[in-house]
Amino acid sequence: MRALVWHGANDIRCDTVPDPKIEHPRDAIVKVTTCAICGSDLHLHDNFMPGMEKGDIVGHEFMGEVMEVGAEAKSALKIGERVVVPFTIWCGDCDQCKRGNYSVCERSNRNKALADKVFGHTTAGLFGYTHLTGGYAGGQAEYVRVPMADRTHIKIPGGLTDEQVLFLGDIFPTGWQAAAQCDIQPTDTVAIWGCGPVGQMTIRSAILLGAKQVIAIDRVPERLAMAKAGGAITINFEEESVVERLNELTGGKGPEKCIDAVGMEAHATATIDSMMDRAKQALMLESDRAHVLREMIYVCRPAGTLSIPGVYGGLIDKMPFGMAMNKGLTWRMGQTHVNRWTDDLLNRIQEGQIDPSFVITHTVPLDQGPEMYKTFRDKRDGCIKVVLKP
Amino acid sequence: MAYYNRSSTGDNLARGLGWFSVGLGVAELMAGRTIARWMGMEDKTNLIRAYGVREITAGVGLLALGDPKPWIWSRIAGDAVDMATLAAGMENNPRAGNAGIAFGAVMAATALDIVCVQKLHQEEAYYRSLPVPDYSDRSGFPRPVSAMRGAASDAPIGEDMRTPKILRFQPAQSQTAQNQIAQNQTATS
Ligand SMILES: NC(=O)c1ccc[n+]([C@@H]2O[C@H](COP(=O)([O-])OP(=O)(O)OC[C@H]3O[C@@H](n4cnc5c(N)ncnc54)[C@H](O)[C@@H]3O)[C@@H](O)[C@H]2O)c1
Ligand SMILES: [Zn+2]
Ligand SMILES: [Zn+2]
Repeated sequence: MRALVWHGANDIRCDTVPDPKIEHPRDAIVKVTTCAICGSDLHLHDNFMPGMEKGDIVGHEFMGEVMEVGAEAKSALKIGERVVVPFTIWCGDCDQCKRGNYSVCERSNRNKALADKVFGHTTAGLFGYTHLTGGYAGGQAEYVRVPMADRTHIKIPGGLTDEQVLFLGDIFPTGWQAAAQCDIQPTDTVAIWGCGPVGQMTIRSAILLGAKQVIAIDRVPERLAMAKAGGAITINFEEESVVERLNELTGGKGPEKCIDAVGMEAHATATIDSMMDRAKQALMLESDRAHVLREMIYVCRPAGTLSIPGVYGGLIDKMPFGMAMNKGLTWRMGQTHVNRWTDDLLNRIQEGQIDPSFVITHTVPLDQGPEMYKTFRDKRDGCIKVVLKP
Repeated sequence: MAYYNRSSTGDNLARGLGWFSVGLGVAELMAGRTIARWMGMEDKTNLIRAYGVREITAGVGLLALGDPKPWIWSRIAGDAVDMATLAAGMENNPRAGNAGIAFGAVMAATALDIVCVQKLHQEEAYYRSLPVPDYSDRSGFPRPVSAMRGAASDAPIGEDMRTPKILRFQPAQSQTAQNQIAQNQTATS
């Protein structure tokens, strides 16, 4: 089959690889009809995430048709059913899964020993996302093996297009959880850094959950325009001071809720901290650039909440922790517990409350994937979200 | 926004110059005295080491994944400083010939820097000339935003995702009033 394969920094190729096979009775094989490139994939492409190996198939936002089902998954899944696959693999039986904390499932990471060493304790297995989270083959491919398939799926009823439901596997619940874990009150100002696909979903979620005011921060004009369409007041951080504008918009008090939808590749205008971050990242003295986190800690209203869906991979430097501690901030973060939210979100899509396909700007065949990684990363050609058709 | 494409011709040249900067900088820093002696400018050893630090900074800046233009401009400014230092050092210098060779090398590097920065600015101008697509109609909502605000405030969100009541920013209520409410709630439930 054809699949997008990681070969190193800046080097993802469309290769011919062996078809996946059922390896365990709980597995299923899904024929991918539509998949997408996620901002998290860019961290792999740019080689900022440790734990990738040459030959790994990437991609974790995908959907398709069930082709084959292992004996133990048969009661939950039938051949021919249409499913979106969540990027977090979950067992459903461990203590964490029972509490709905699927992204920290204790059993789905087959490289548990390695993850236990690196993270202290393992987190869930993820598709196409480093050997620290299981090294499972990803979904930017014609076929995928889905482990623990009796749990790891979202069934899609007829009458909805792939484009409407695809993002249930990742960015829609990610934006939703980012907003939900802020426990938004009708009096809250929610400030969101990053107007990429995750930021866009977060903006819509914050509006639906009833925020008084949603403020979105980025520097890419067309992304800011899309943020505004979704109900946000926008700040272009290359043209205005984020701190001053946020204070203006909140009567000098600061936003109650701050969300980092940027992650470890944050850009910044030439501030000292951001120059130091770039230099250190290049010299491998730190792995992540923390400009957005520092800004959030600084502007957040005391006793407010920081919510962090943006992905970080390792070490950050110059964290103003004293400021965070003294302001009594609450931190909420993590990979998304996808299936915890998808029944409700699928309902909302069906009822027409939201159509997540608004974010798609590019649809191309799978073999154009490697170029599209670059277009998406460099934000060329108005690119916000890329959908691939195997 | 600053436009750059981390795989264009201009960018590849910039990255090459980045490696060159790092190499030269390390040499200046480690072998500052040898270089200074060779050019007959031993009194400038510390200055040359400082230039080494400057080169390394520019090199790292170029190799990091950002806009290379400011770093190339900083290299050009650095080249000018180098040339001024060398020109001043050539007077009454028995090894002025060697200093002259160094001067030539800096000039060649400057020429490359200028080609590179021109290329980068051309590329930026090209990206800027492309039309910005209009996404102002992509709300994702079926109705105007004002009608959607709070439409999902009934969403099932588990208690573990909630902030403790006392930390919510509700219209100002005194701590005792909030305690009173909490007590009443436990009494009635
Ligand atoms: N928690 C999860 O489960 C989960 C799931 C999906 C994605 N993610 C993460 O979410 C993040 C965003 O993903 P995406 O798909 O939207 O990617 P993206 O790269 O398209 O979006 C990032 C956006 O942030 C903007 N940005 C950069 N620096 C900024 C700054 N200093 N201030 C404000 N904005 C800035 C960029 O211009 C860009 O538009 C990534 O880190 C991704 O890994 C997390
Ligand atoms: Zn993702
Ligand atoms: Zn589990």
